[in-house]
Amino acid sequence: MNKKTTTKNDTSELNRRDFLKMGASALSLLAVLEVGGASLLFMQPRSLEGEFGGTVNAGPVDSFPTSSVTHFPDGRFFLIHTETGGFLAVYQRCTHLGCTVNWEPDQNRFFCPCHASAFDIHGDVQNPPAPRALDTFAITVEEGQVIVNTGAIQTRDEFAPEQLAYAG
Amino acid sequence: MTKLKERLLYTDKDPADDRSRMRAVANNLILHLHPTKVPAPALKWTYTWGLGGISATLTLVLLITGVLLMFRYDASVERAYTSIQNLETQVTFGALIRGLHHWSANLLIVTTFLHLIRVFLTGGFKQGRTTNWLVGVVLLLLVVAFNFTGYLLPWDQLAFWAITVGTSLLGYVPVFGGAISNFLLAGPDVGQGALRNFYAIHVAVLPAIMILLMSYHFWKVRKDGGISQPIPAPTEDKRPSRVERLTTIPHLVQREFAAAVVLITAVTIFAMLVPPPLEELANPIHPPNPAKAAWYFMGLQELLLHMHPLAAMLLPGIALAGIAAIPYWDKREEDIGVYFRSKIGTGTALIGAILGVALPPVLVVIDEYWLDLPSMMPGVSTLISNGFVPLALSLGGLAAIYSLFRVVGRANRGEATVGLFVFLMVSLVMLTIIGVFFRGANMALVMPF
Repeated sequence: MNKKTTTKNDTSELNRRDFLKMGASALSLLAVLEVGGASLLFMQPRSLEGEFGGTVNAGPVDSFPTSSVTHFPDGRFFLIHTETGGFLAVYQRCTHLGCTVNWEPDQNRFFCPCHASAFDIHGDVQNPPAPRALDTFAITVEEGQVIVNTGAIQTRDEFAPEQLAYAG
Repeated sequence: MTKLKERLLYTDKDPADDRSRMRAVANNLILHLHPTKVPAPALKWTYTWGLGGISATLTLVLLITGVLLMFRYDASVERAYTSIQNLETQVTFGALIRGLHHWSANLLIVTTFLHLIRVFLTGGFKQGRTTNWLVGVVLLLLVVAFNFTGYLLPWDQLAFWAITVGTSLLGYVPVFGGAISNFLLAGPDVGQGALRNFYAIHVAVLPAIMILLMSYHFWKVRKDGGISQPIPAPTEDKRPSRVERLTTIPHLVQREFAAAVVLITAVTIFAMLVPPPLEELANPIHPPNPAKAAWYFMGLQELLLHMHPLAAMLLPGIALAGIAAIPYWDKREEDIGVYFRSKIGTGTALIGAILGVALPPVLVVIDEYWLDLPSMMPGVSTLISNGFVPLALSLGGLAAIYSLFRVVGRANRGEATVGLFVFLMVSLVMLTIIGVFFRGANMALVMPF
């Protein structure tokens, strides 16, 4: 009983019961954090599988006429060969809400059937609600072959000529 | 046999007098969610419309049919669609079980939504019922989450594109949005990882939360002193009058049983007559035109056509936060249990409903054909011109409606809130109707006939 009175008067001193309580709480908290952290890591998305996410060989430079747009469904991109002879690979995913855009040759535009966004041949927004130009992938031309790296999605606000890749 | 039953369930056989009937309720595992006696007016059909009980019954139907479906469903991109086709064509009663699950799930959205409206209109969040009001709002969101995750599982075109659009929305949520969407989808787009995640969430995570929260919701109704009831008018000798109280058996249990039987019969007949939709196999390259969200998200989708996605999510988000906060705003307890609070409240509700029917279609048509905010503000980011400007206008409109009720209609806080709430709910219904019936190819406005 006299133990109780001493703790009441002197709060700076930690008695055994409080120490054990605090220790148990701290350990419980640690356990919860560990389980939570482990669960989160367990459910972490794994890196991409299959063709998408790697480099894709689109084919020889000469096989794409100028002012043409070719769809690579497995690589999830459109390869654009502009009238200036530059190449541009745009991600097929609409920048608004993720639907796959279609290339409409007669209208000369990419069109998203979900919310009617439209993009010109460079992927620039022609008609909102899309907030920015279509995303792109890096292109290199090696030994006359167009190589597209689908591993890194590059975002941009609008088209700029520097985004084009040229052969040789 | 009866011995065993008695030992397992503590039941009295066929209780015949009030006392043993009350004991039977108190001792029964399921029935003890009820009090032993209920006030007679609380049993009135036109007070509750049985919406809570109907929702609970549907949840039970969903649980049973859901477990059955798990035995016949494959959560893989290659086999999900085929397994649903098998259910429809090969499995005995497969089409019926899937139909029951599908239509009960859709109906549950409607009944929980109506339940929220009923509880709000009768001030069911008053007299210490704030916590249960909040739990109810969470349960409604849970029902939506159930429907959303279940939507992907058939892996048809409808499923694939609705989930693509739905999860892309998350990408606009600042800071955490991208990470949550990436986590849900297990990658940048909807694929095997997403299907597996959605399945696990749909059949394990959400049901666990649902069962806990539902039990709490029911238990809390009892602890709060039963469902909301009007305060009885004092009698002539100034003493509070006593409301007649009836035993739960048979008065409440019989009604619940009758409602459940009618409901289950109706849903079963509907499921037999109307097969649940199943479109073509999901094709990640060709979205259908128009690609629409699930019908209960059509209101949100309609907002998306008019606003920047961040604004289109903030507007219903703010409205939802407002609904959750209502108990802290409308604290007048004298009018508990009275539909629309008072005569003035009935008036504001009526005006709110008329505005709700009239305003959204007019605004949709104006924005569709004449108003183009981004081109009116050249050089301004669309986040502001097409996002914060229409958001501010909408919120300003809501504030104007509320002030109208307060100043012109001389309504008190509660009555004005009733008007605003009814306006919001009717607007949501109108936007949903526009999205479902008046949006055609390329999401252009069309006539439905």
